[in-house]
Amino acid sequence: MKLSAKKQDDEVIALIKEISGEDVRACYQCGKCTAGCPLASSMDLMPNQILRLIQVGEYEQALKARAIWWCASCLTCAARCPKEVDPARVMDALRTILMRRGITHVEIPAIPAHVLAEVPQQALIGGFRKFVGY
Amino acid sequence: MASAPDMVKIYLMGKQHEVPRGLTIQKATEYAGFRLLRGCGCRGGFCGACGTVYRVGSDYRLKVGLACQTVVQDQMYLAQIPFFPAVKAQYRVEDLPPTAETMISLYPEILRCVGCNTCRKVCPQELEVMRYIAAAQRGDIRKLADMSFDCLMCGLCASRCPAEIVQYNVAILGRRLYSRHVARFAAHLAARVQEIDAGGCDADLAAMVASDEATVRRLYDAREIEPEELVGGE
Amino acid sequence: MRLPYFPGCTLHSKAQNFDASARAAAGALDIFLDELPDWTCCGATFSMSADSAMGLAAPTRILASAKEAGKLLTLCSFCYNTLKRTNHVIKTDPERRAKVTNFIEQEYDGSVRTLHLLEVLRDEIGFEALAKRVGRKLKGLKVAPYYGCLLLRPAAELEFDDPERPTILENFLASLGCQVVDFPHKTECCGSFVAVSDRGAAVECSTRILETAATLGAEMLVVSCPLCQYNLDQCQAEIRASRTRFAGIPVVYFSQLLAVALGCEESCLHFEQHAVDPRPRLSAWLGQGAPAAVQA
Repeated sequence: MKLSAKKQDDEVIALIKEISGEDVRACYQCGKCTAGCPLASSMDLMPNQILRLIQVGEYEQALKARAIWWCASCLTCAARCPKEVDPARVMDALRTILMRRGITHVEIPAIPAHVLAEVPQQALIGGFRKFVGY
Repeated sequence: MASAPDMVKIYLMGKQHEVPRGLTIQKATEYAGFRLLRGCGCRGGFCGACGTVYRVGSDYRLKVGLACQTVVQDQMYLAQIPFFPAVKAQYRVEDLPPTAETMISLYPEILRCVGCNTCRKVCPQELEVMRYIAAAQRGDIRKLADMSFDCLMCGLCASRCPAEIVQYNVAILGRRLYSRHVARFAAHLAARVQEIDAGGCDADLAAMVASDEATVRRLYDAREIEPEELVGGE
Repeated sequence: MRLPYFPGCTLHSKAQNFDASARAAAGALDIFLDELPDWTCCGATFSMSADSAMGLAAPTRILASAKEAGKLLTLCSFCYNTLKRTNHVIKTDPERRAKVTNFIEQEYDGSVRTLHLLEVLRDEIGFEALAKRVGRKLKGLKVAPYYGCLLLRPAAELEFDDPERPTILENFLASLGCQVVDFPHKTECCGSFVAVSDRGAAVECSTRILETAATLGAEMLVVSCPLCQYNLDQCQAEIRASRTRFAGIPVVYFSQLLAVALGCEESCLHFEQHAVDPRPRLSAWLGQGAPAAVQA
C-alpha cells in the first residue's frame, strides 16, 4: 500500500463524520480499542486498523473488511478510547454506507426456520438493523 | 336554458380531464372515456381492488382512498394501485401454533419494522397497521386479528413500507390462526352442518328445484333475512 | 408505587420467565408494573446514524406515551439502552428532535426518565431495606454478576453505573445473602446479535465469560438481558463437549433470584425454560424440592 498525503480524502472523512458523528482524525492509534474488543479474534482487520485506513485515504479497503460485520456494538472501545473516539459508531457508519448501497450481511430467507423460532426477538431485530438495514 | 354542469379538472396518470363535480374517482374515470378492466371490483368499498393514491394541487401530502368511494376534487392528481408485488408464505394453518414464533418463522421481515407509521397513513380504511404488526411481533394473535379485521388487502401499505413488509398477508395469517386456534368454537354452526349432512334440507331443496320460476321468485322475495335467534349477539 | 412499564417484544414471548418473575418480585415489594396500553417494538438497537431520524421514530413515540407519568420502567437491556440513548438525542439535539417529533406528529421534549428495575431497587427501596426484608435468605449461594454491555455503556448517557467497575448487581446480590463471585469478564459482551450471523463467534465470547466465572467458583450467573441469557445458557452443551472440565452453571435473571428470595409463587419462575436447570442448586429455597440434577 502506498501512502500519500494526496490520498487522504477529506470528503470521505466528512461523510463518516456526518453519519457517525465521529472525526477519525482524532485517533492516535494507541490500540486500546483493539485490546478490549471481545470480537477481535473473529476480525480480519482490527478496529484501530479500520480507523487508520480511513485516515490514510484507503476507505474502500475498510469497507471490504469482514471486521465491520462482526462488531457487536458493545462500546468497550468507546468506553476506553483516550481521545473519546467511538470506533463502534465508525463501524456502524461503514455498515450503513454499504447497506445504503444495497449490500447486506445477512440474507433473511437463508436463515433456517428453527433459528428464527429459537433466538430471542431482540437478536433478530437488532441483527436485521445492523446487518440488513432499511 | 339549463346551466352547464359544474366541472373539475383531474389528472389521470398525468393527463388532464374535465369531469363533473360530485363523481367518484371510478365514475369520473369512466366519464373520461376509460373502460376499467383492472382496479375495479365490487364498487362498494369492500373488495380493495381500486386502491388509489393522489395529491391535490400543490399540497405535497400524499392521500389515499378507494376509487369507488372517494369523490373527485379539483386539481386531483391520481394513480390507481391495482396490484403491488407481494410475498405470501406457504403454510397449513392447522399445523401452526398461534404464537410469535409462527409469525416470525413465516414472515421474519416483520422484525424489520421501523415504527415509521407510513402503513397506517396510507391505509384507505384508516386501520392501525403499525400497531397490528407490533402485535404480530410479540405474538398477540387476538389483537392482530381484531385490529386487521376490516383490511381489504388493497396492497397500499406494502407498496410504501420501507422495511418491505407485506402487512396484509401477515394480517390474514393472524386472522386465520385466530379463527382456527383461538376463537371459541361455533357449536351452533357445527350442529347446522350436521343437520344438513344428515339430509335435513334435502326435501326443501328438491321441492325448490322442481318449482317453476314464478314460485322461486316468490319464495326469494319472502325469505327470512335475519332470523330472530341470531340477532342480538352471542 | 406504580410505574408505567415497557416490556419490549422479547419479554412477551421468549423471556416470559423474566417478565413474570419481575412482576411477581416487584409486586411483593409494592412496586406495580403498569404495562403501557399500546406499544410497538423500540427497534432493539439504538440508531447510531446521526444523519437519519428514522430509527428514532419508534423509541420517541414510546417515550412520548409516558409523558404524563414522566417515568418509564423497562427490564430488557436492549430496550433500556435504546430508550435512554434516544431520549438523550431528543434532549440535546434540537434539530433532530424537531425532525422526529414532526414526523411522528407528537410533541416530546425528553422529559421521561427511563428506569431499570435495579435502579428502582437501589434508589426507591434501598439495598439495606431489601436485605432486612429478605434476611440473608440465599446464604451460601455463590453467584457471579454478569452485566453485559448495554446497561453500562455509554456511561455518560446511561448514568446507570461505573462502566468498568460497576457495583449495583454485587450490592443487589449481597442484599439477598449471596456470596458474590467477582470475575474479570463481567462487563464484556456475550456476543449479542452476532449470534444470528456467526454463532461460533458469539459462543467464543460466552465461553470466556462462563469458564472464568466457573473457575473462580461461581455456581450461578445472574443476568439482566434475554439475549445474554440465551447466549450464555444455550451454548453450554457445546462448551462441555469440547472442554470437559467445565461442568456448566445455570444462568438466571436477577428477578428470578429476587422472586426466590422473597418467597414468591414459584409459577412465576419458569425455570423449565432454561437449558441448564437452576433448580437443583436452588432446591434449598424451592418449596417442592428440586428434580434430580439433570443438566442439558
